Amino acid sequence: MIHRAGSGHPGGALSLVEILAELYARRMRFDPEHPDWPDRDRLILSKGHGVPALYAALAWYGYFPKEELLTLRRTDGRLEGHPDRCRVPGIEASTGSLGQGLSIGIGHALSGRLDQRTYRTFVILGDGEIQEGQVWEAALFASAHRLDNLTAFIDCNGFQLDDAVEKILSIEPVAEKWESFGWAVREIDGHSLGEIEEAIRWADGVRGKPSVIVARTVKGKGVSFMEGNNDFHGRAPTDEEFEHAMKELGAHPEREAFL
Amino acid sequence: MRDIFLEEVYRIMKREDIFFLSDDFGSPVLDQLRRDFPERFVNVGIAEQNLINLAAGLALEGWTVYAYGIAAFLSMRAYEQVRVNLAMLSQWRDINVNLVAVGAGVSYDVSGPSHHCLEDLGLMRMLPNMTVFSPSDGILCEEIADYTAKASGPKYIRLDGKALPNLYKGIGAEELKCGFSEIRRGEKLCIVATGYMTHRALAACESLKSEIIDVGVIDVFLLKPFDEGKLFETLERYDGIVTLEEGFVNKGGLDGLISSLLEKNGSRKSLAALGFKDAYTFDVGNREYLHRLNQLDEESILRTIKSMLD
Repeated sequence: MIHRAGSGHPGGALSLVEILAELYARRMRFDPEHPDWPDRDRLILSKGHGVPALYAALAWYGYFPKEELLTLRRTDGRLEGHPDRCRVPGIEASTGSLGQGLSIGIGHALSGRLDQRTYRTFVILGDGEIQEGQVWEAALFASAHRLDNLTAFIDCNGFQLDDAVEKILSIEPVAEKWESFGWAVREIDGHSLGEIEEAIRWADGVRGKPSVIVARTVKGKGVSFMEGNNDFHGRAPTDEEFEHAMKELGAHPEREAFL
Repeated sequence: MRDIFLEEVYRIMKREDIFFLSDDFGSPVLDQLRRDFPERFVNVGIAEQNLINLAAGLALEGWTVYAYGIAAFLSMRAYEQVRVNLAMLSQWRDINVNLVAVGAGVSYDVSGPSHHCLEDLGLMRMLPNMTVFSPSDGILCEEIADYTAKASGPKYIRLDGKALPNLYKGIGAEELKCGFSEIRRGEKLCIVATGYMTHRALAACESLKSEIIDVGVIDVFLLKPFDEGKLFETLERYDGIVTLEEGFVNKGGLDGLISSLLEKNGSRKSLAALGFKDAYTFDVGNREYLHRLNQLDEESILRTIKSMLD
């Protein structure tokens, strides 16, 4: 997708693949035929640049044809480089401007509680993203209002655009910060399906406070030369790199055929 | 003004699904609202960015939302949130979010420039899909409250921080959508004003009566969208126009609205824009004092009018 588009964010998309896979395959209630079904679980990808991974999940479950994935960032297409709630079915919030998704999720969660609906709102944030002040306004609010139908994931892949998060503006200790803001916190390996599944089950059981799952991940996970290599934060692989990556992933190197 | 607007919202809340969010800002009516609708009233704390996105989330779930705060902070602290989550989103989705901004212009006079709000008209007008109200009295406020509860889209309602006397006896829904009212008919010259400055314009015109100069006053209470044809038609009857606002001039506020309307229609009328120049006012003083410093007092207005008539 990103190779075909010629631009995009492979690193931050690959780090959240397992989280999305676990949510869509095993946990979330949704109906691609009825994207606005009132009882669906809400998923907001607050780190909007990771959207290729979300598009893949949405296409896999039939929100739109898989072939459309190759129109990412293409003129006349609708798959923008960041999520667009207005035109792409299955997208809950238009993000891309970082730090804003958790607050939107709070709106959904508040409404769900008042309407006595049973849906859960999931919000996925990046680790660099939580440098934004608005995230902490939202964190305060969610715990003050005991929104236990709200679960956040923090995809801690360790990097932001310019360099390692730790070098630029450290957010550690992440778990303790959220705990002190009144959230129930669980720290996991964000690439272990078993740990993700267990953490989601744990979050479903938390009462009286919002829950956050701090997922330790590897940026560019799954492709050896992208793993932990921040050169792939915001650039597409070359033809050679693409074929190499496809081989490593066990996919057919022919671009069209891998679909 | 604020209280009249809120009282009307309170009445509407009794029958409709409205969520009211406050940016840690109070009023006696708000206490009543908080008491009677504890589930649908939330003081979000001092957190404008969270406030706007929370409103967007609620609106996507079908709620009509009022977000209430001090104008300078509501309009500027979370401008990008307003842009992305209200202006952009509403181009494709029906959402009803109403930003109730209290403290227009220098109505919080002695609070200083951090609390003055002189940029909001231009900023909000610039956003596609945004509706911008700037009422001059309580009658308009009531009608605007009714309208905003029913009409979809993001709206910015600029309210004065002080109570203003009524100018209107009543106003119909159609008149409201038209966006303006020629509340005083004149001969050669008219003042186009908004909000508090409409009162100032009327007072200036009254004092000219003794000199047998008849100056018209047009009150613009809806800056976007409004009936452009009708406003131009009304302006056409005058030879000269003075715009008068408690906001920066040459920054896309009321003066920009009028000058571009005239330009679009190929009109070359003489036009003077009165408002705050390109500088903040740090001097401490009441509204009258701040107006005098910025040549917005009655005497200065009269001077401009007379020079245009010469």
